Amino acid sequence: MNNGFIIETHHLRKTYRVGEVDVPALRGVDLSAKPGDFLAIVGPSGSGKSTLFYIIGGLTPPTSGQVQVAGRDLASLTDAGRTRLRSRTVGFVFQKFNLLPNLTARDNIAVARHIGGGGSAPNPQFEEVLRLLGIDQRLDHKPNALSGGEQQRIAIARAIVNHPAILLADEPTGNLDTENSRAVLEILRDLNQRLGQTILMITHNPEAAAFAHHTIHMRDGRIIETT
Amino acid sequence: MTARLVFENLKHKPMRSLLSFLLIGVPVTLILTLVGLANGMLQDSQNRARGVGADLVVRGSTATGVVNTGPPAVSEGYVKFLTTEVPHVTQATGVVNHLVDFPVVMTGIDQEQFDRMSGGFEYVAGHQLRGPDDMLVDRLYAAQKKLQVGQTFSLMNHNWHVVGIIEGGKLARIVVQAKTLQYLDSIQGKVSQIWVKLDNPANDDAVVKDIESRTDLKVNTMEEFTDMFSVNNIHGVTEFIDVIMGIGVVIGFVTVCLSMYMSVLQRTREIGILKALGASKAFILRIILAEAVVLAAGGTAIGILMSYGAWWLIRTFVPASLPMIIMYSWWPIAGAVTLVGALLGALYPGLSAARHDAIEALAYE
Repeated sequence: MNNGFIIETHHLRKTYRVGEVDVPALRGVDLSAKPGDFLAIVGPSGSGKSTLFYIIGGLTPPTSGQVQVAGRDLASLTDAGRTRLRSRTVGFVFQKFNLLPNLTARDNIAVARHIGGGGSAPNPQFEEVLRLLGIDQRLDHKPNALSGGEQQRIAIARAIVNHPAILLADEPTGNLDTENSRAVLEILRDLNQRLGQTILMITHNPEAAAFAHHTIHMRDGRIIETT
Repeated sequence: MTARLVFENLKHKPMRSLLSFLLIGVPVTLILTLVGLANGMLQDSQNRARGVGADLVVRGSTATGVVNTGPPAVSEGYVKFLTTEVPHVTQATGVVNHLVDFPVVMTGIDQEQFDRMSGGFEYVAGHQLRGPDDMLVDRLYAAQKKLQVGQTFSLMNHNWHVVGIIEGGKLARIVVQAKTLQYLDSIQGKVSQIWVKLDNPANDDAVVKDIESRTDLKVNTMEEFTDMFSVNNIHGVTEFIDVIMGIGVVIGFVTVCLSMYMSVLQRTREIGILKALGASKAFILRIILAEAVVLAAGGTAIGILMSYGAWWLIRTFVPASLPMIIMYSWWPIAGAVTLVGALLGALYPGLSAARHDAIEALAYE
């Protein structure tokens, strides 16, 4: 595996145990992405999008199959190894923003930088990114004082503060109005085009999927089409 | 960053934090108050013994510790024996003790002998004992019982006339005629102890040996006697303090365990977020333990403040019965007891938080 791919999965399977019943979420997924790709993953609820997202992000191990992310075989990684992967190689953006409510926007970003092993000294390059995201004047506010669009932009800043190889966005516009959705999608496209950021984005929205280079369609735990 | 996370979390739920501080402070207050009382009472007794001005104290042969709650066992005839038969003894005076209301003791004296040895009491009001039912009380006891000169005061089923209020720090809080007390206790001819003054304190060891070789009495130099006023020499006090410290650890443990368990439950989603960001189990555990340390430190500080409150209440309402002192040397001990309880209490919620499944935690509403 590898062949220049930053993400590569083969026959990836994941089965959840719910009580006494095995529930298959992924039934053999083969997927590959090159550095700088912007992929949208679409599909109905229960199609396995989020499970794929969690496995690539190192939040849960696969049941079987192979998965390599930035040259690392996730199937063989321990829990601590997957934790290290999340801190440096993968950045998450969630539908519900998932900012820490007790902390200011600045501290939310600082926590991620701290966990990723970054110093506390200001980074001029990142300050520029904050200006591009349009949140440089909102950093001293707590999440409850920020609009949904602002919160999602803070979440994006937090996700990329450690320069991850991959940005995983789980319905990043799901809780936003049209205007803010468009702004967030343009930011993602900008990050992809300007910084070469590899992005995997789960979405239900065809308009959002149109921002990606390719769209992967999933159903019943399998990839049924790539466009 | 850990400090910021801990501080912001405590600030985010101020009522929970305040209640935790208060609850953790309770055992600190208990420990400091108890130790302050034990040491205060002993120091007070020590000072009053020194105030007598004697060089030796002579007690019955069965006397072991400093607290003697038994009936007077020394024959009063020894007072004369000591002054006439023992070289270097210049004065001796027997006193009769009667425990009236723990730890307050009523002491019967021969005032003429006692004044000669001690230089006499310092009178805030009134005069010395004259009649058989006369009573002197010290300033603190008078304040506690609201006594004034000229008042009749009933104690031991006997009416006493308060004829003088004296400064404390000498012998006892309540002083009456020895003869009257001996009569009321049906112990005529007996005293609890005899205070002895020497021509030169340097002779004390020789005189102790001399008296003990010629009688069956127990004799201590004043230095030996006052050294006995230590918490370690009072049977049961150290054990009692140990029990209170044990309770302190348990209260600290339960309080922090409950508080942190609730906090971890409330922050399940936030823990999931931290895990998604790549926070290790050690990082999560460190945050929870650091919060417990802050709760213990804050609880200790509040406990110390509350011990000053207890000290003020005691000084205001029962200054004579419970002389309490602030024991600074026990602050770190009380803090350590609290810290141990808090860390133990935070361990389970901390480990539980560290083991949270990130995906489930992120889905937690």
